[in-house]
Formats: sequence, C-alpha cells, structure tokens
Amino acid sequence: MVSTTSTGARSAFEYAPAPESRAIVDIKPSYGLFVNGDFVDGHGRSFKTISPSTEEVLAEVAEADEADVDNAVKAARRAHSRVWGRMPGKERAKYLFRIARIIQERGRELAVLESIDNGKPIKETRDVDVPIAAAHFFYYAGWADKLEYAGYGTESLGVAGQVIPWNFPLLMLAWKIAPALACGNTVVLKPAETTPLTALLFAEICQQADLPAGVVNIITGAGETGRTLVSHPDVDKVAFTGSTEVGRAIAKAVAGTEKRVTLELGGKAANIVFDDAPLDQAVEGIVNGIFFNQGHVCCAGSRLLVQESVADDVLARLKRRMATLRVGDPLDKNTDVGAINSAEQLAKIRELSEIGEQEGAERWSAPCELPDHGFWFAPTIFTGVTQAHRIAREEIFGPVLSVLTFRTPAEAIEKANNTPYGLSAGVWTDKGSRILKMANALRAGVVWANTFNKFDPASPFGGYKESGYGREGGRHGLAAYLKGRSLR
Amino acid sequence: MTRVDVRKTYKLFIGGEFPRSESGHSYVVNDVRGRFVANAALSSRKDARDAVAAARKAFPGWAGRTAYNRGQVVYRVAEVMEDRRPQFVEAVRQGEGRTAAAAGKVLDESIDRLVWYAGWADKLTQVVGNANPVAGPFFNLSTPEPTGVVAVLAPQESSLLGLVSVVAPVIISGNTVVVTSSVQRPLPAVTFAEVLATSDVPAGVVNILTGSLDRTAATLASHMDVNAIDLTGLAGDPEQATALEVEAAANLKRVRRTPGTEPDWSAEPGLDRMTDVLETKTVWHPIGV
Repeated sequence: MVSTTSTGARSAFEYAPAPESRAIVDIKPSYGLFVNGDFVDGHGRSFKTISPSTEEVLAEVAEADEADVDNAVKAARRAHSRVWGRMPGKERAKYLFRIARIIQERGRELAVLESIDNGKPIKETRDVDVPIAAAHFFYYAGWADKLEYAGYGTESLGVAGQVIPWNFPLLMLAWKIAPALACGNTVVLKPAETTPLTALLFAEICQQADLPAGVVNIITGAGETGRTLVSHPDVDKVAFTGSTEVGRAIAKAVAGTEKRVTLELGGKAANIVFDDAPLDQAVEGIVNGIFFNQGHVCCAGSRLLVQESVADDVLARLKRRMATLRVGDPLDKNTDVGAINSAEQLAKIRELSEIGEQEGAERWSAPCELPDHGFWFAPTIFTGVTQAHRIAREEIFGPVLSVLTFRTPAEAIEKANNTPYGLSAGVWTDKGSRILKMANALRAGVVWANTFNKFDPASPFGGYKESGYGREGGRHGLAAYLKGRSLR
Repeated sequence: MTRVDVRKTYKLFIGGEFPRSESGHSYVVNDVRGRFVANAALSSRKDARDAVAAARKAFPGWAGRTAYNRGQVVYRVAEVMEDRRPQFVEAVRQGEGRTAAAAGKVLDESIDRLVWYAGWADKLTQVVGNANPVAGPFFNLSTPEPTGVVAVLAPQESSLLGLVSVVAPVIISGNTVVVTSSVQRPLPAVTFAEVLATSDVPAGVVNILTGSLDRTAATLASHMDVNAIDLTGLAGDPEQATALEVEAAANLKRVRRTPGTEPDWSAEPGLDRMTDVLETKTVWHPIGV
C-alpha cells in the first residue's frame, strides 16, 4: 500500500479504483421478519436502511412491535421444547456445520452486503467479518456433542433474546447464535436498526440449511423492539452487545427475574508503547487499534499511552502512516477506512472532537479528501490530552485517538486503569518480563501484547468493570448458555 | 463475694481494626429464647463506606500474593478457629439454639470448609483457565483474576457455617470483602473477626459489619467502588433483593441473586461461589523469531 524509501520519505502509489462488484447481492425492496422459519409481515411500522457511504436507501425493513416479538418468542419456545432442546448434540452440530459451510460458500455475497449496509471496507468484511463468523459456527458446532466435557453441564437455558450492535453485524450475530444453538437453546435475535441486511440474509441461510423452524428468529427494529425482547417474560437468557448505557438499563430490567445475562459493553482501551518497542510495528498496531473499522470497535485502542522518551518519534511515524490511509468507497478493495455508520454517530464523533479542542487538546487529522455524500470522518489524533479530558474518558466510537504520555511503567498502569471500563488493553515492548507484568496489572478482559484487535472463536472475549460481564468465545463462552452455574 | 465477670464489647471489623460504629449506635442481641446476650454495633452508611475503602486499599496486595500464600493464610484461619472451639460452640448455641453436639458439628463443618477452600487457592487457575488454540501464530492464554471488592450479605439463619461458606470462596482468589453478618445472630461473626485478626489475614481483606441491613445493604449495592455483590442474606425477601439488584446496575456489579430459601450449608459447595467473583483475562502474544 505504501513504500518507504531508504531516506524515510514517503511515496504513496497512485491507485486506480478497484471496486468490488455489487452484482452478487440481491437486495429486496422490503423485508419482513423471520419468525418460525418464514418471512412474515410485521404488525408495526417499517423503517429504511441506507448505505452510509452514499445515503442511498437500500431497503424498507419491518419494525417489530410487541405482538411480533411475542410471536417470535413463542416460536422459539416451541422449537426449544419440541425440537431443538431434545435433539442429540451430534445432530445439532451438523446443522451448525452446515451453516458454517453456507456462510463460506456465500462469503462474497455476505461481504459485499455487509460493506454496503455498514459502510466498512470490503477488505475488512472479506478478510475479517465473514471468515471469523464462519469460524465461530465451525468452532461451536464441534462443542454441541461434547458439552459434558466443558464443565458447565449439558442443560440448555431455553429461549435466548439477543440484541446486537451495528459495528460488526454478521460477526456479532455469529458470536451470539453459534454458542446458543450449540448448547441447545433457541434464539430471537434483533440486529441493529442501521445494519439489518446481513442478519436477514443469514435467515435465508438458515432456510438453506433446513434448520428447524423457530430455532432462529430474526426480528428487526430499534431500541423499543430491543427493550420489548429483553423484557419478555418468556425469555430465559439475555445477551447484549452495545453501549454501557443500554447495558445498565438491561441490568435493571432483568433485576428480580430468573433471567441469565451477558453484557458486552463499551471500552476506552489503553494502548501502551514503551521506548524499547519495535516502533514501526507499534505504529501499525496503533493504526490497527483505532482506525480498524472506522474506530467503531468497543475494544479499540482509543487511548495511546506512549513513553515520553519516544513520544515525538512515535507521533511523527504515526502521522506519516496515517497520511497513507485510504479513506473512501467501502467497496473499493484498496480502501482502508470506510464510512461512519450513521449520521447520528457522525454527530457524536464531531461533538466529542470539538469538545476535545475546547478542552485544550491539539487536533490533527490525516490529509484526505472525503466524499461529498455519505458520512465521513478523517482519521484524527489528539495530542496534549490529560486524563481529565472527556476525549480520554468517554468512548468516542470513531476514528479518533487520544494521545497521553508516561514516564514509568507504574504511571502507565495507573493511567491505563484509570477508567470505569475494562474491556481491552495493548502493550508494546521487547522485554518479556515487562509484558507479563503489564498483562497482570492491566484490569481488562483482553490484553494484546505486541499485537492488537485480534479475534478468534477459541479465544474468550469480554470485559471487567463497566465493560460488562460474561465471556463470548472459547470454552468460557459456553457458560453463558448452559444451566451449570457461572455468572448468572 | 462472687467475682463479677468481664463482658466483651462486640464491635465492627474494618481495615484490621475493631471500631465501634461511627454513628455511636448499637442494638441488643438476644439468644434464641429472647434473653439478653450483648449489645452489638449498629453499622451506619458511613461504616459501610469505610469498609469499602479498607477493602479497596487491601485489594492490590492480597490479589498480588501468590496463590500458595493465600491458601496458607486461609488454612491458618482454620487452625486458629480450631483452637477457639469452645467460644464458637457457645456462640452458635446461643444464637442458633442448637445443642452442644449440634453446635460442635457446625464448627467442624465451618473449619473443614475453610480447609477445603484453602486448597483451591492454587488450583482454581488450572481448573477454570484455558490455553486457547487460535488460528494463527499466537500464544493465547485465559486466566481467572479476582473481580475486586465484593460485598456479601451473609445468610441470616446460619450465622457461622453460612458466614464462612460465603466469605472463604470470595477471598481465596484474591478478592477483598465487605460482609454483613446475620442481623439477629451477629456474635459468631465478630468472634470470627477476632480469628481473622490473629491469623495473618492482611488488614482490610475481610471487613465485617453487624446490624440492620436497612442502611448498609443499599450503600453497598450502589457503591461505585464495589465490583460485585452477593445477595444470599436476603433469602425470602425478593423485593429487597430486586431493589438492590437495580442499585447494583449503576456500575454493572456482578450480582449473585438471592435464593428463595437459605441453602443447606452442609452440602458440597461446588465452584460457583468462587467463579461468580472471577474475571477471565485473555492475553495474546505473537509467536515468531
């Protein structure tokens, strides 16, 4: 993507546009709800989903009302008690393997559709979202007939109500549905209102896999639909990924019930760079940590903590690297940074960035031309940030990095942990014993050492403190969907 | 002339010290037949906050000890308890109305429970941790860590065995605890505090509040520096438990909900009282040369 000459001067190549064809996807003018194995009309209103890179209306989608939610929960309950909850694990497994295979077979279609509906680069949907989603189904398929060895019993909970965000629509669906089904639960899943299309395509995949009716139900809608789902009295388990604010509301809504809950919420991760780190690798890690997926990542490395002695060097390299990031058409295979997911999110990023300037931090944005239509925000860093600044405390959920410095490891630990969140953290150093010391001291559920933003179905993911509770992925991810006791 | 005996003042246990309630309030503790036994400290909201501060202060040191050392310290608690059997037997008889033999059995089980949990200290990580085979050149390891400061509402009926059974699993992994004792039967908890104070448990690792839950429970449930809360002591009071669960959502505390009725504390405990107050941390590192 970029070449660096021996003198260190940058010379970015000119790239001809390399757009991925949209021809592979067939977006219908309108979509109903997927309930009990069929697409049905909703009783409520409908809403439009748009492409955030062009503001083009893609489709009309039904907004599930209370009756729709109730129908979906009833279908899931019936499927649990009559079919899925009784099916031997080895048979459930084969359905999940089928789904994994179909996701792979239709991977190109899913990748293009996700890119159009979400605004993220095709490079990322093709290489990250879709393959890891398939891998999740493969991974949990294999657990379905081996639960007795996992340590949480073998009894399913029943009906899971799952609400997912817009930043990784298909991948979050896979994180939710694969372990739930492997453990014998049935699900009602609500995708985010700005990104419903890959979930609706997944519903078709369930049909192609001949998954029994009612095992997976997809209901579209916004916050009200989500509230109705998690509060439904016949839902046994609530799984949510999204903001800490909504997570709190869910924790209150389920108080006094028997519902089990897992919450994967916000973050404000510290990415800590020591002076002995391989700086070019660290800069790649910083860029990946905050600009991957437009910074719409709950575990994004949104606070750079750089050791004072190398701060100037790191910042110079970082700015040089940021200037080569290609921002633009998500379907262009050369694009590194795509569109902000919605006008609402863009407004929030702009507001917090303006507050950053008002509070005295210095703003620098990569020089790049932004398209005329759609929602865009140039990759941006703030220097001179203190711990009291709102841009150092609040989750911006966009391509905005706050840079702070430290002198000693103890100061780095203190600053890194000075947040109500605790989802992830990064450490860059060549010293092994320091990595292990830092990894121990950081109060976060995932610590990436000399790497960042790595995900794998075998690796548990989830936060400390106000980043939520429970883990998704790995053997630990089974605990959320089996009766053998764990958290809730 | 007969000698007048010296009665004990039952106080709180906060940060390794035995203060009275800062409010100056106390309440009457009777035995099961309603006869006066002692005045116990009636904890205030401020006492609860002081206890949380002491627990937070103690957390890094206790969590930072080796698992082997934490196991030895908890085993030492069992040793010292064994040494003070008569005092505990008497306290359990008075409070729970048991025969001497039955109270002795409660003590046996309490001491054995401490020994059982002591042994878990350096095994829990092996049982609940994981090496994860990710699809790439990465070392990837998940290990359990203590969640931090845990508030525990100890059971109301079983004033000693119940207390030990809810405190030991919390501290063994490195958490620190603020525990409210049985309201009507607080004296075994205070005596237990005296055991803790003389058995190498660092100050602030266990903090014990006595008295009505009206003030302390809501303070603990809503406290922003408490990481988890166990509502076991509210068995049979679902309304209060629900109210506290709502308060606990303020900082997304891990909540162990109240059981419908108080459990049988003689039963094999299982792992869940330990795993409920653990976090899983996953560390990634590239593999290369």
